[in-house]
Amino acid sequence: MSTSDRHGTRLDPWFDAYAARAHRMRASEIRALFAVANRPEVVSLAGGMPYIGGLPLEEIGEMSRRLIVEQGEVALQYGSGQGDEGLREQITEVMALEAISAHPDDVVVTTGSQQALDLVSTVFLDPGDVVVAEAPSYVGALGVFRAHEADVEHVAMDADGLIPAELDRVLTEVKAAGRRVKFLYTVPNYHNPGGVTLALSRRQEVVDICKRHGVLILEDNPYGLLGFDREPLPALRSLSEEGVIYLGSFSKTFAPGYRVGWAVAPHAVREKLVLASEAAILSPSNASQLAIRTYLDHSDWQGQIKKFREQYRERRDAMISALEEHLPQASWNVPDGGFYVWVKLPEGLDAKSMLPRAVTARVAYVPGTAFYFDGQGSTHMRLSYCYPTPERIREGVRRLASVVEAEMETVNLFGVAGKGRGDAVDFPSPDLA
Amino acid sequence: MNVLVLSGGLSHERDVSIRSGRRVQEALRHAGAKVTVHDVDSDLIPAVKELGDGVVWPMLHGASGEDGSLQGLLEMLDVPYVGTEARTARVAWVKPVAKAVMSRSTVSTPEYVTLPQSLFREVGAEQVMDAVVHKLGLPLAIKPARGGSALGVSIVQERAELNRALVHCFAYDATALIEKAVTGTEVAVSILGTGADAAALPPVEISANGPYDFDARYNAGRVEYFAPARLDDAQSAEVTRAALEVHRLLHLRDLSRIDIILDEEGVAQVVDINVAPGMTETSLFPQAVEADGRDLASVYSGIAQHALERHGRG
Repeated sequence: MSTSDRHGTRLDPWFDAYAARAHRMRASEIRALFAVANRPEVVSLAGGMPYIGGLPLEEIGEMSRRLIVEQGEVALQYGSGQGDEGLREQITEVMALEAISAHPDDVVVTTGSQQALDLVSTVFLDPGDVVVAEAPSYVGALGVFRAHEADVEHVAMDADGLIPAELDRVLTEVKAAGRRVKFLYTVPNYHNPGGVTLALSRRQEVVDICKRHGVLILEDNPYGLLGFDREPLPALRSLSEEGVIYLGSFSKTFAPGYRVGWAVAPHAVREKLVLASEAAILSPSNASQLAIRTYLDHSDWQGQIKKFREQYRERRDAMISALEEHLPQASWNVPDGGFYVWVKLPEGLDAKSMLPRAVTARVAYVPGTAFYFDGQGSTHMRLSYCYPTPERIREGVRRLASVVEAEMETVNLFGVAGKGRGDAVDFPSPDLA
Repeated sequence: MNVLVLSGGLSHERDVSIRSGRRVQEALRHAGAKVTVHDVDSDLIPAVKELGDGVVWPMLHGASGEDGSLQGLLEMLDVPYVGTEARTARVAWVKPVAKAVMSRSTVSTPEYVTLPQSLFREVGAEQVMDAVVHKLGLPLAIKPARGGSALGVSIVQERAELNRALVHCFAYDATALIEKAVTGTEVAVSILGTGADAAALPPVEISANGPYDFDARYNAGRVEYFAPARLDDAQSAEVTRAALEVHRLLHLRDLSRIDIILDEEGVAQVVDINVAPGMTETSLFPQAVEADGRDLASVYSGIAQHALERHGRG
């Protein structure tokens, strides 16, 4: 055999066996850079990690010990596919704070609301189906829709959240193009990454538009109880029981380590979600569910959320004042809840292209391209203020300002931004949650 | 044998380094060594001191791991370590410096210019870029002067692409190495040993459908590797000769990987030098070891043992 006839190796004997979608998965440089962001020298303004240090860890530790000692035979056993009934009842009480009236039977407990996103997508999305989502949108949701081979059409937002007229226009245009929209995916409160909240005056309108177009709403609400200055707004689910699947989570109001979220859905949808969940994971973790039950039963959880709100408000203030001081040439929104500030870079800069320089300067953020399905967003970056202390936030923004200055000089010199455009972060990682 | 594998660090290649470190750890454990993996942080010096009669294996990619800094620290602590010495790592790590050394030998390397960003500012970016294209032609390979894993690297086919490629490059390093892009057969030659005792492992050929970029390197499947490379005896001898000459010329120690493009005239053009070659599941050095019919455990433990003995501790 001549040398040119030989076969080489792809270092993966299963390469030809993968589904077509696996061949689109990429090892992104951006993900590699985030490996550095976890080092203590780096001020990470990237990840959406809640401030777990603000929890009464001793108390939670004691509750965990008692849970295993007193209820270990249940906590460490398989559980119900739909989730623990007692927890589902408590979840209805949590949701009542956002004007949702639901029965425990309507609730499906999931492994974080991320699993609920996956279940809804499994139940509804065929390849080529369209999901309509805000521009920008949560990177973790985009990854799930992509994995189900759906397309995402973005709808513009303004300071009051999703723009109803734009939603109407996009739904009309997609339908006119002969494509099927399966649902609107929306984060109405303290949007990730946009930071904005859907105005009360728009909520009914959004529900009505979707109803008119025969489009389901997937309402993802991890941050609704984390407003700084006002009581929670009524959820879209409170305006339409049949037209909305609601996703909730304990990840931001308590702790993401338990991985407990939930979906509330119309009864027929709920049944399918339970079947899909059982097929995927059999049952959500009993230990996690009972830990959360115990926490809700025995702790002042609403008081803890109030403390979180104060801590996050202080960090938001630190970030905004640091941006005003160090990055006046950029623009941003001032969120009144949640974890994120959405920053528009000075003209000509590309957030993705700039990231290596930022990592060298020991500061990290998430480039805006991560939050679009189609590679848009390079002019923006998401900054998270939830995890670092106010001092670290100020230091991080100060470093970021020097990075922006250096990148600006390079871009001005060559008259063009770097190579960030059109190459989105491919798949979500916990760093980006 | 106690081995302290250093991996992680703060460079852009942290993730790759961690993966390399784990693979080295696994292989050394199979060989019966007691292996600890450690990041480069404030606990490093105590960990090195606790090593006793052991040896350090710096499995760090990028700055501080390959630029000689860490090796300098280990020398100061009088600890045996695997790989190139600090003073020579400093030369090999900076691509233009290594190329300048090579240019005084019989080794071929693509024609190049080294340009810091400050020079573009001082002289005028468009004029400098025009001069570069006039001198080297197209296509061009734009590389950060320091760094690996193809981070910040672009191949520029047209003049209009050069601006963006340079901005991309300068996000990684303040100095750009601009090379005439060479086409041909891309091979990596891994070297074991030092000086006159150095020997080349079988060349590994990289056949990439598209650029051999970060994704192609670490996401198995996009690249087809041929180990040994599909070269005739003369070609194989040419790339091996060039790699060994570079290894000796730059005083590289214990191990290295020399990346070469065998051009259409059959000349081995050296395009990169790796003082701490990657050891991940998709890396080229381990493939070369296996293509030589040897197992990673015995080769890696041999490297570590040799470093110990060199220090008089074996």
